[in-house]
Amino acid sequence: MPESHVRSHPEEPPAFDGASAAPAAGGLGVGPVEDLVVGDGSGRRATGRRRRPKARGLWADAWHDLRRNPIFGLSALLIIFLLLVSVWPGLIASRDPLACDLSRSLDGPAPGHWFGFDAQGCDVYTRTVYGARASIAVAVCATLGTALIGGVLGGLAGFFGGWADGVLSRITDVFFGIPMVLGGLVFLAMTEAEGIWPVVWVIVLLGWPQAARIARGSVITVRQNDYVQAARALGAGTTRMLVKHVLPNAVAPVIVVMTIALGTYVALEATLSFLGIGLQPPTVSWGVAISDASDGMQFRNAPHILLYPAAALSVTVLAFIMLGDAVRDALDPKLR
Amino acid sequence: MGRYVIRRLLQTVPVFIGTTFLIFVMVYALGDPVAGLFGDRAPDPGTAARLREEFGLDKPLWQQYLLYLGKIFTGDFGTAFNGRPVTELMATAFPATVRLMLIALVIEMVIGVLLGVVSGLRRGRGIDTSVLLLTLLVISVPTFVTGATLQFLLGVKWPLVNPAVSTRATFGELLLPGLVLALVSLAYIARLTRTSVAENARADYVRTAVAKGLPRHRVVTHHLLRNSLIPVITFLGTDIGSLMAGALVTERIFNIQGVGYHLYQGVLRQNSPTVVGFVTILVLVFLAANLLVDLLYAVLDPRIRYA
Amino acid sequence: MRTATRFTGAVVAVVVLATATAACGGGAAGSGESGVVRASWGDPQHPLEPANTNEVQGGKVLDMIFRGLKRYDPRTGRAVNAVAESIETDDQQNFTVTLEKGWEFSDGTPVTAKSFVDAWNYGALVTNNQVNSYFFQYIEGYDDVHPAKEGAKPTARTMSGLTVKDDHTFTVKLGQKFSQWPETLGYNAYAPLPESFFTDREAWLRKPVGNGPYKVDSYTRGQSMKLSRNENYSGEDKARNEGVELKVYTDTNTAYTDLQAGNLDVADDIPASQLKNAERDLDGRYVNQPAGILQTLTFPLYRKEWQGEDARRIRQGLSMAIDRERITERIYHGTRIPATDLTSPVLGAEGGYTEGLCGRTCAYDPKRARRLIEEAGGLPGGSVTLTSNVDTGSHRQWLDAVCNSVNNALGDNDACKVRPVGTFADYRRDIAAKEMKGMFRAGWQMDYPLIQNFLQPLYYTDASSNDSGYSSEKFDGLVDRANAAEGPEAVETFREAQKVVLRDLPAIPLWYQNGTAGYSERVKGVRLNAFSVPVFTDIEVA
Repeated sequence: MPESHVRSHPEEPPAFDGASAAPAAGGLGVGPVEDLVVGDGSGRRATGRRRRPKARGLWADAWHDLRRNPIFGLSALLIIFLLLVSVWPGLIASRDPLACDLSRSLDGPAPGHWFGFDAQGCDVYTRTVYGARASIAVAVCATLGTALIGGVLGGLAGFFGGWADGVLSRITDVFFGIPMVLGGLVFLAMTEAEGIWPVVWVIVLLGWPQAARIARGSVITVRQNDYVQAARALGAGTTRMLVKHVLPNAVAPVIVVMTIALGTYVALEATLSFLGIGLQPPTVSWGVAISDASDGMQFRNAPHILLYPAAALSVTVLAFIMLGDAVRDALDPKLR
Repeated sequence: MGRYVIRRLLQTVPVFIGTTFLIFVMVYALGDPVAGLFGDRAPDPGTAARLREEFGLDKPLWQQYLLYLGKIFTGDFGTAFNGRPVTELMATAFPATVRLMLIALVIEMVIGVLLGVVSGLRRGRGIDTSVLLLTLLVISVPTFVTGATLQFLLGVKWPLVNPAVSTRATFGELLLPGLVLALVSLAYIARLTRTSVAENARADYVRTAVAKGLPRHRVVTHHLLRNSLIPVITFLGTDIGSLMAGALVTERIFNIQGVGYHLYQGVLRQNSPTVVGFVTILVLVFLAANLLVDLLYAVLDPRIRYA
Repeated sequence: MRTATRFTGAVVAVVVLATATAACGGGAAGSGESGVVRASWGDPQHPLEPANTNEVQGGKVLDMIFRGLKRYDPRTGRAVNAVAESIETDDQQNFTVTLEKGWEFSDGTPVTAKSFVDAWNYGALVTNNQVNSYFFQYIEGYDDVHPAKEGAKPTARTMSGLTVKDDHTFTVKLGQKFSQWPETLGYNAYAPLPESFFTDREAWLRKPVGNGPYKVDSYTRGQSMKLSRNENYSGEDKARNEGVELKVYTDTNTAYTDLQAGNLDVADDIPASQLKNAERDLDGRYVNQPAGILQTLTFPLYRKEWQGEDARRIRQGLSMAIDRERITERIYHGTRIPATDLTSPVLGAEGGYTEGLCGRTCAYDPKRARRLIEEAGGLPGGSVTLTSNVDTGSHRQWLDAVCNSVNNALGDNDACKVRPVGTFADYRRDIAAKEMKGMFRAGWQMDYPLIQNFLQPLYYTDASSNDSGYSSEKFDGLVDRANAAEGPEAVETFREAQKVVLRDLPAIPLWYQNGTAGYSERVKGVRLNAFSVPVFTDIEVA
């Protein structure tokens, strides 16, 4: 490594200066001025001016960009639809998800049951619709919890460095060591609560170290940038620097990882249920449906029992990945 | 740098104590392992008491822990309930798992970064959408389905490989399990690289490099990629742990008695020597990986320095 | 940055290399050594000692390398003499055992009366930590070597009831009358042990030596065991193949896939949900035959709400609400058979199995079920839980199916709730601590094919597996009488005792569990014994 280091150095300094110049503009509020020239929304200019003419600020800017983004609109619509279905599954499914007739076990599509029947003879369509609630609730809550705890702890560790980083990172390491099965068994054996919350907590408990490492790495890179150093030199307070300069620039990798994690948490919920420590009947969820379908490769005979819950999960993950992309784009000043 | 490394190595000690104690308490909290040894019968009190004594379960928790720690330093990791020394289990499990992890790591690094760069440079085009769809597929179909299906297709339908990995667990045999194991992480890496590349592709230094007339591939590998890799490296660092400890499902499907498998057995049988022993080694691996990642930050971005 | 390029190069090289080795290493399925049966195995839970093995995987090996005084005929399930020439008694309590001459261990040492007596004393002694010690509890002097109290020291090292007369004769005195005792002696715990076991146990465990139809050639713990035919075997059931190679699999599904790929000849314990595939995949090369396993739902009679006549009728109602036919057909594809008594078909009619003894109680009748439960005041607390561990076996499916069946019959989706427990140990602990609140799964795999084994350990007052806390003077009295009686009279009295249990219904019979196995085109004559272990000696390799 050393030799290549020496050789590549001469070309790099200008490159890095340039790299930091662009975000510096956005971070310091110079960006919006530049933006005003190219920008088109007049109402936006007005709102920006009404509050504080000097800089509307990165967050307001991001929100404005977001609204214009068709991908955001699409993903928002999808998510609203999914949320509606989660709250009122009766809107699009008229049957009782718990009404099962074993004699129709694994039967294919039939009139009125276009998605066929699962191993217990329950209607796959109804179960998929009703499964949205628990699956989305677990995934969203666990993702938010993980991102929040991991993001804050990892971000602080990366920002302050030194012994704070040492302590926080080593605590993260300790939690990293807990095997999923053990954590799940212990936690769920100790809590008597029913419903989704124990599962959410287990996932957060096991998931936050990863989010923390990602956030920390990201903040460490951002911290070095000239605009952060400049803000510090200008006497910006720690909180202000974190919220205004570090957070928006460091959040991208966390968003990317969390949108994917959202999907994998449904799979994790399935694994936990499979081990008897996740969601329990009569709670209906996609994860449970997927793990049931996999038991003894039943999907070889009846692919439909795997297909529909997996498809529903795909659509949900897609919606959140698109949302994450849009948010990230909106926060990136270089894209303006 | 040297002092930083030494400091980090010293920090290993509290993490080691913290983790082993935490795991010890957790296994202890699971309850009495002896109850499960007698099949569907109530254990006869005499034998059960003897077994508890043999495994040291009759002592208070802190005493068990100290005894265990003391033995670890003499290289004695205790025995699993079937009478095999834990070190013997480790000697077969870790090599297999490390091989499996390396294969998965290489696959996700090479393919993941490649897909990420391509889709990041061609945002919104067909290739980008294909990669997104692939990501969705990998996330929504869990490992136990892809694993069992690929095993059936490649092992039975078109017999290209042996469905079950032999006890030697050679690199060749582990290729398919490694691919299955890598799939989900592949999705993460492709998305992370894509975002990073897309973000940096507009950076001034890239424009400068292009303006200087550097060939395209040189711009991509030397300027763009180097600056986009930090989140990817961070992720890989965290992934080593989950690839080793979390390979349970893959290991079970492909008949690999690796770390995940033994951890699972240890937890189910509530055998603290197995669980704590394996986790201890794993934590050392995490710590090394994390240190390496932190040092790589400084290599990739020379402005990051450690004092 | 040239190092990076070099690194990429190295990575590509590794991948190419790996692909190449995979192409060479994999592919054509190995065909195995000629005459050797390749069979699936699971890692035994305990060290492979006869009195320390209480599960099928360890039992599989013991069955091959040991022969006790008796063995169970795989076809009829009857106990027939193996090493024993005769076991005689006048009073159902004092037995004289005479050994057949000429039996040898595979290391060449003779099997003597001492081999048995020493092995049994070893198995019974509490300080040897043998999980099957209780098998010797009927022998006089057991309490001295194995005090029941926790932490108590043994006052003797050998049981006073065992006396060696000469090389081929020993006598046994039981603590009480037990007419069917000789029939229990086919169980692995009663196997003889060679001198080498007592001189160097560690070495013996690394490579066990026995007197069975096979001998161990090599044993890699956790991975595989190679056995070859014991040419000096004196029994009648000589091996019809050259040997057996047992391979440990992490999962029965994997073993099944490996069987399809031609890497395995016998895979037992095919997961039920694979059975639908098996008909197609294996072209009929699978067996599905009764084993001595009964699944029941047991009730915590130690709780107030499950005591009394009303609770009994509720249990009866719950039993009638379970559609056993449909569940065994749809979930288990015929690998379970609806139970109509508390024993097993492997006993045969003369052994005490009585089809239909449970009568209407075990027949699906949702209307009557609902009426019975309503008349008895409804389920205690309005609903009932169904508890089982879910870490072993695929219990999830039938738990859901049973609860759905009950809910459908009662017209209430909240009537029955599944309550899974994460680990088997935790589940057994809850049962032992009498912390069950509703129905719970109780699987019973027989130790020996006797009706006594299906009743006494489970329902006798304070018996070792009496998980429900059931106690009936009438039942206990009948069991005592049956143990003192001889032959058919004993069986008949046990049947009477069973009727008492079925009326009080501390447990609902669910289904008899079958053993399953698939096999390759290379082998024939694959069948399972009553313990769902393949009869390896009968397998012929083409």
